[in-house]
This record gives sequence, structure tokens and C-alpha cells, in this order.
Amino acid sequence: MSERLVELEIFRYDPEQDETPRFQTYKVPYQDDWVVLDAINYIKDELDRTLSYRWSCHMAVCGSCGMVVNGEPVLACHTFLRDYPGKIRVEPLHNFPVERDLVVAMDDFIDKLGTVKPYIVAKEERDVDDGEYLQTPAELARFKQYTACINCLLCYSACPQYALTDSFVGPAALALAHRYNLDTRDEGRSAREDVVASNEGIWGCSFVGACSEVCPKSVDPAAAIQQTKIASTGDYFMKFLMPWKRK
Amino acid sequence: MSRRPYIREPSKTRWWLEQPRYVRYMMREISALFIGIYALILVVGLVQLSRGQAAYEKFLASAEGATGLVFAALAMFFAIYHTYSWFQVTPKAMPLTYDGKPVPGAIIIAAHWFGFVIVSAALWLLARS
Amino acid sequence: MGASKKPIIWGLFAAGGTVSAFLVPVLILITCFAAPLGLLPADALSYERLTELTQHSFNKLVIFGVLFLVMWHAAHRMCITAHDLGIRNDKLVMFVCYGLAAIGTLLLVLALLTL
Repeated sequence: MSERLVELEIFRYDPEQDETPRFQTYKVPYQDDWVVLDAINYIKDELDRTLSYRWSCHMAVCGSCGMVVNGEPVLACHTFLRDYPGKIRVEPLHNFPVERDLVVAMDDFIDKLGTVKPYIVAKEERDVDDGEYLQTPAELARFKQYTACINCLLCYSACPQYALTDSFVGPAALALAHRYNLDTRDEGRSAREDVVASNEGIWGCSFVGACSEVCPKSVDPAAAIQQTKIASTGDYFMKFLMPWKRK
Repeated sequence: MSRRPYIREPSKTRWWLEQPRYVRYMMREISALFIGIYALILVVGLVQLSRGQAAYEKFLASAEGATGLVFAALAMFFAIYHTYSWFQVTPKAMPLTYDGKPVPGAIIIAAHWFGFVIVSAALWLLARS
Repeated sequence: MGASKKPIIWGLFAAGGTVSAFLVPVLILITCFAAPLGLLPADALSYERLTELTQHSFNKLVIFGVLFLVMWHAAHRMCITAHDLGIRNDKLVMFVCYGLAAIGTLLLVLALLTL
């Protein structure tokens, strides 16, 4: 296997010393099958132990190593070095405060995720003796793609509306709300509506579509949000036509 | 240790220049400016039509000339870009299933273009008749 | 956060966007290019022909529906675009955009009732 050199410009910020971030350049010998995360691990192991970043699985499942590489939000473990001809610039995800180096503070997302109740909400507690929930493959197929979300936050990094409006709930959380709304086992749609169908929820989205373009798991949050808009608009007009059905 | 995160503020006015996909988005959004102005021009045309032959013919004459043609060309470009971008996202907004399987997005988009051709041809023939 | 009034505006926006997508290119082709360049019969957009066309209530309804939706579609999108471009005076922007669409709608109704 041939060994070549790649130059990485890495965003550095040390909250204990730096007033503003800076970029530090490292030269890394790499092999053809290396991803950006391999190069960063090499830097950590061999060149500079002070570099901070998050990673875990190295196989696009855990969602920890989201970073902005040459302007594009990607999973560092899912992005080959060989696909970049020149210098590679690595930054932390956009639209989040930088804790240190490539580590961002996810608090805002975690708080918002909780508000959409991303779990099965049942009106009545179901007993184990009642047996299992039954769901046909067709019912599963309606929401399966949205279950693939790994909360990697690439969509939040790509979303200009999240960047422009602090209160916007954002793509992944709204896609997960849609995922549970579509689940036949769930009865929580009206409980989610307060947040989901608010100005800070789906109506904060202008359908830029960047979230879906950068999603490494093909979740397509933009589609989920548009479908929720149509469903909520339907609800709204139904309330006028059939007020007795109001919940 | 207390946290002291660094906050990067995006430009509120120039963010859309940062990525080609944002520029395409902005082009799609700006299409509304031209489509809106065109609709207002049609409304003015109808108002003049309701005021009589002289007023209407004056309106028709005012729409001619280089300025009118430049606007028409821009409006046409953005109107078609709007149609393209609108049809392109229809599979996302309205996914269809047939026989329990999802209908491929390309078929939904193609069906819209087919409808577009039919509607356009019908209106063209109506104008010619 | 409370119930949002957005479904009304967005419903009009989405309907108007669909109508625009299907109709505006061919309308521009007919009114701005074909007619002035003589690709259509000379009387295609003549006073007599259009006044006759607008006599029928059904045609009036169609014309109203199309132009009303297209204007509100454009107004809503321009509001969002103003925000995207960093204009944060939302009330003024909404007043201008929706105001123009409202004036257009009013003129449209008056013209169609007169015809």
C-alpha cells in the first residue's frame, strides 16, 4: 500500500487560553483507505495530544464525529481523504457553540429534542399481559427511514434557518416527531402538536433542503417537515369544517 | 472547570453566498419577486380592460419595448426555475405508495412535467384559436 | 407556544406555488413573447376577445382563483426572503408584501365585477 502525505488545517480553540480560535496545520502520512477520522486519530496519537474531538464507532452508526470538512458537514469516519485533492480544512459543526477544538456544545439540540417527545406516547399504559403491539411491514415502511437518525447534527450544521433563528426546533427533532406521529403504536401526535406545529417548529422551516442533502443516513428531514406542514394545514382546515371533532 | 464556549455568529445577510446549495435556494425564493410582479401586471391589465378599449390598448402599448422584453425574459427564466424547483420537491412533500411500495420520485416528478406540457399546450391552442 | 395561524398563509402559498408552477411559464410565453412577436393571431389578446372571455362567470372565477393564489404565493415567499436577507422588521415586511397582495386582490375583484 502506498503512503502519501496530506495536510490538515484544524480548527483549534482552547477555552482556558484562547480568546479566538485559530487554525493549526498538520502533515499526516496516510493510506488510500483512510478516512478523515483516521488522520485526526493519527494526529492525536503521534503529533499532538492536546487535540480534542468526539468519536466512537468509526462506522457511521454512533453519530459522534460530525465535523465540517472543507465547508461541508460530514461524518469524519465516512469521508475518505483520497477524495480531497489539496489541503483539508476541518472545523467543528456550524451553528453550535464550540466547547474546545472540534467539540461542540449540543445542549440546545438535546433540550429541543425532548420537547417533541421522541418516543411512543400511549394514552393508556399497556400491560405486558396485553401482548405485543402488532404492526404490518407496510405500517413500518411508512416511518422506517426516519428511524435511521443517529443525532449526528449534520443537518443542524447545514440548516440556515437554524443558524438565523435561535428558537427554531430544527430538522432532526422535527423528523423524529414525524417518525413517531407515523407510528401506528403511537398516540402522541396532538401532544407533540404544540411544539411541532408552532412558529418555532415546522413553520420555521423554509424548505432549503440542505438538511436532507447532508444527512449521512438518508433520513430526509426536509421531506418529514413538508409532510408535517401538509398534515397540520389539513388539521387546521378540518377544525373549521368539523368543529365537533376538535380535541 | 467552568465552560467558556466560543460562539461563531453567521452573517445574517450574506450567509447564502457561502454554499452553492444556498445560492440555488435563494434563486428559487427570488423567483417569487418576478412571478409576483408579473401577476400584478396582469391585474393592472384586467383593470385597464375593465375601463374600456382605449385604456386597455394603452396598457398593451406600454408593455412593449426593450424594458418590457428584458423583464419578460427575466420573469420567464425565474418562472421556469420555480416550476423546476417546485416539481423537484413534490416526491418529498407528497410521497405516494402503489401496491404497498413507494412510487419512485422520478415518476412523480415526470408526471408533473407531463401535466405541465398538457396544460401549456391547451392554453397555447386556446390562445391560437 | 399556542396555535399558529401559519396554516392559512402556508395553504395559500402551497396552492399558489402549484398553480404558478403549471401556469405562469405558458402565460408569460403567450402574453409577453408570442403575442408581441406576432406568433399568435393578431386578435389573440384583443379588447373584443378578452372582454368576451371575461363575460362568463366561470372564467371570472378561474381568473380570480389563479391570480389570487399566485399573488399570495409570491407575497409569502418574499416575506421569508426578506427575513433570509437579514431584514428583521417583520411587521413592516408583512405589511408591504401582504399589503401589495391585498391591493392586487381588491383591484382584481373590482375589475372582474366591472367586466
